[in-house]
Amino acid sequence: MSHDLGPAVRDMRRYAGRARRNRVWMGLCMAATAFGLAMLGLILGALLWRGFTALGPAVFTQTTPPPGAAGGLLNAIVGSLMMSAIGVVAGAPIGVLAGTYLAEYGRSSPLAAVVRFINDILLSAPSIVVGLFVYEVAVRPMGHFSGLAGGAALAVIVVPVVLRTTEDMLRLVPTQLREAAYALGMPRSLVIRRIVYASARTGMITGVMLAVARISGETAPLLFTALNNQFFSADLGAPMASLPAVIFQFAMSPYKEWQDLAWAGALLITLTVLALSIAARALTARSSA
Amino acid sequence: MTDASLHPSRALATATADRARALARHRIPDAVFAALTRAAALAVLVMLGGVIVSLARGAWPAFSAFGLDFLTTSTWNPVKERFGALAPIYGTVVTSLIAMLIAVPVGLGIAVFLTELCPRPLRRPIGIAVELLAGIPSIIYGVWGLFVLAPFLQETVQPALIATLGRAPLIGPLFEGPPYGIGLLTASLILAVMVLPFITSVSRDVFETVPPMLKESAYGLGCTTWEVVRRVVLPYTRAGVIGGVMLGLGRALGETMAVTFVIGNAHKIQASLLAPATTISASIANEFTEAVGDLYTASLIALGLILFVITFVVLAAARLMLMQLERRQGA
Amino acid sequence: MTVPALPEKITVRDLRFHYGASLALKGVSLPLHERRVTAFIGPSGCGKSTLLRVLNRMYDLYPGQRAEGEVLLDGHNILGRDVDVNLLRARVGMVFQKPTPFPMSIYDNIAFGVRLYEDLPRAEMDARVEAALRGAALWDEVKDKLGASGLSLSGGQQQRLCIARSVAVQPEVILLDEPCSALDPISTAKVEELIDELKERYTIAIVTHNMQQAARVSDFTAFMYLGELIEFGDTSTIFTAPRHKATQDYITGRFG
Repeated sequence: MSHDLGPAVRDMRRYAGRARRNRVWMGLCMAATAFGLAMLGLILGALLWRGFTALGPAVFTQTTPPPGAAGGLLNAIVGSLMMSAIGVVAGAPIGVLAGTYLAEYGRSSPLAAVVRFINDILLSAPSIVVGLFVYEVAVRPMGHFSGLAGGAALAVIVVPVVLRTTEDMLRLVPTQLREAAYALGMPRSLVIRRIVYASARTGMITGVMLAVARISGETAPLLFTALNNQFFSADLGAPMASLPAVIFQFAMSPYKEWQDLAWAGALLITLTVLALSIAARALTARSSA
Repeated sequence: MTDASLHPSRALATATADRARALARHRIPDAVFAALTRAAALAVLVMLGGVIVSLARGAWPAFSAFGLDFLTTSTWNPVKERFGALAPIYGTVVTSLIAMLIAVPVGLGIAVFLTELCPRPLRRPIGIAVELLAGIPSIIYGVWGLFVLAPFLQETVQPALIATLGRAPLIGPLFEGPPYGIGLLTASLILAVMVLPFITSVSRDVFETVPPMLKESAYGLGCTTWEVVRRVVLPYTRAGVIGGVMLGLGRALGETMAVTFVIGNAHKIQASLLAPATTISASIANEFTEAVGDLYTASLIALGLILFVITFVVLAAARLMLMQLERRQGA
Repeated sequence: MTVPALPEKITVRDLRFHYGASLALKGVSLPLHERRVTAFIGPSGCGKSTLLRVLNRMYDLYPGQRAEGEVLLDGHNILGRDVDVNLLRARVGMVFQKPTPFPMSIYDNIAFGVRLYEDLPRAEMDARVEAALRGAALWDEVKDKLGASGLSLSGGQQQRLCIARSVAVQPEVILLDEPCSALDPISTAKVEELIDELKERYTIAIVTHNMQQAARVSDFTAFMYLGELIEFGDTSTIFTAPRHKATQDYITGRFG
């Protein structure tokens, strides 16, 4: 179609086509980004609006109400805090120790390679399966749901998160620092506990904070381990309320008061997660500065 | 010191013996600590083994009662105690695939924008926004989907789809029926928004592994940005991108709360994407505590086992691909 | 000047060292004389640092690294399987190229190593810390901030802290692996003075890239090249009348 035009003009035309194609694709990339940001804005907007509308002092002072009545989320907040605490206290040490094994002892051994691979899978495995697992090994033998079982389920989720960050952070510790400690004749466990841990401390704390952020919104593993509890209970041997479980129950209900409380709970969880990740970010930024 | 100068070798020998004794105190704690770390590492394997064994044991009554029929039938009748997993498996696979169909191109687009186009000062805030989106717990997506997205779809998008695509030949059946708001399509959209940040951040990370030299030499030949992405960045990072996509797929398949709110929990396989359906995780979340009878419970646990096996395979494949990329990076 | 018959603190005999499949030391033999400074010079990759890391068995930390031959410390082979490596390292201290203060206070940097071997009452420990810091010519600079983090010191101060830490556990031999390569000239001069004082009590081995430094601080010099010991002798001989052409080329800066 352009055989009668000179080669320079043909090149120009081809270039114009290429430039146009480039503009189209790059425009689509920008549109994708705009879409992603818009989604974030829509979700956060709805959450802040509906959440703050429903958030009042009663949310923190009263327990979950019966259908159609006003109330708060006190029992759910306390339950979430207690079970998260159990999850971290039980899960974090295992994660730290296992991460230590991978970074310090096992390194490139076959066992370390297998554990690293399995852990990466557990990191993204469906959390509802964790709930079923704990139901099978704890709830069924005990014969009833309990806050302890809920905490155990959260611990199973904490382990892979802490393990991963611990290993990553320990690997960042310079080899020469370890060698300097060994050069004094220091036994290995002391080198690790007193020197390596001390120098990776902020990173390891960050890992634990990320794990807390992760479990503070987990719902699926709690549904059939801690179940839920409409009343205030700090008894770890009994069913226990949690924010996510209450949100699930209340949001799916037809009652306006319950739905509002679900929004308030959703806002609380999101604020917790945001605060934790901002704190973690600030911590790493400060230590790397 | 005076002692040492008088009999240097003997003083040295006692000092050395003292030190040997002092070090010996550490021998047992040292071994205990090493054993503890090893035990903790083994605990990870035990956890995986525990999940598989306990789910298999819990699911056994269902598999022995229904055999392979469990996987191929879609009856879900708690009253007659007849259970088949086909409907939730179908729902899980379809919602995840539609979600990936939306999230992969959008996620890659954002990653390209962040690595190739974005003005420097915007790069960090947008990157943080993406991570923010990834940090929001899935239950929040579920609540938002139920109260905001579903009504919006029901009132505006779905009637339009039914009136237009619903009448089209071939694809018509996909968009038939009344606009419920909740259903397969809504669940897929929520899932798409949820896995979007995962895909974005993994692909951005792997895009950044492309050596600048490689890109610069392509630009030096007069390539446009799109051509550099298409001919250099994507081929170079293919394994990593596929790994990231599979990681996202693994998340989508196993996701519970974002879906459970908006899927409608109907054990039926319907052609229409607008109809209520169910997924494996939604069925378990909705029904487990209310399941009466051992066979019902066992069937739900069997669903969990199937989900675990599917996601394990997908996630393992994803990890293997990402490991391949790391190995090439290290080499 | 002829080499007098000095006692040998360490005797290296036919030492071969493997990094996996490659041979980094190809049969090295030499003595380290007691209370003398021996400098190891040679181009990068010649094996001088490797040799140093054999003397306290630092290579033990890494699978795939292996030493053959004999290294006698006071007549006992330290390469044997039954050797307590931690005890060996208490007797043979090491200071590294980059300063490596522990992430703890200046005081604890010193005290931590001492506590491994001795339970000292507080007053004695204070005295020990002070002595170590004085010995490293650091006391006057840090005496008012012993509780501050070791990481808050300047590079040169950090390196002297590391030397003080090493000295505080009272080793018999001190290995210095390019201790001044990350330091400014003033700090380097301070460390060199320190080495001069230390040799009154310790046997010292130093790896250095800096020819003048080797000439200034050492009594003996070993020139290594491609995993072999080319020449060993007292420093003045090596620098004024080397027997080998390679040695002469290296010290006159013709390669390396």
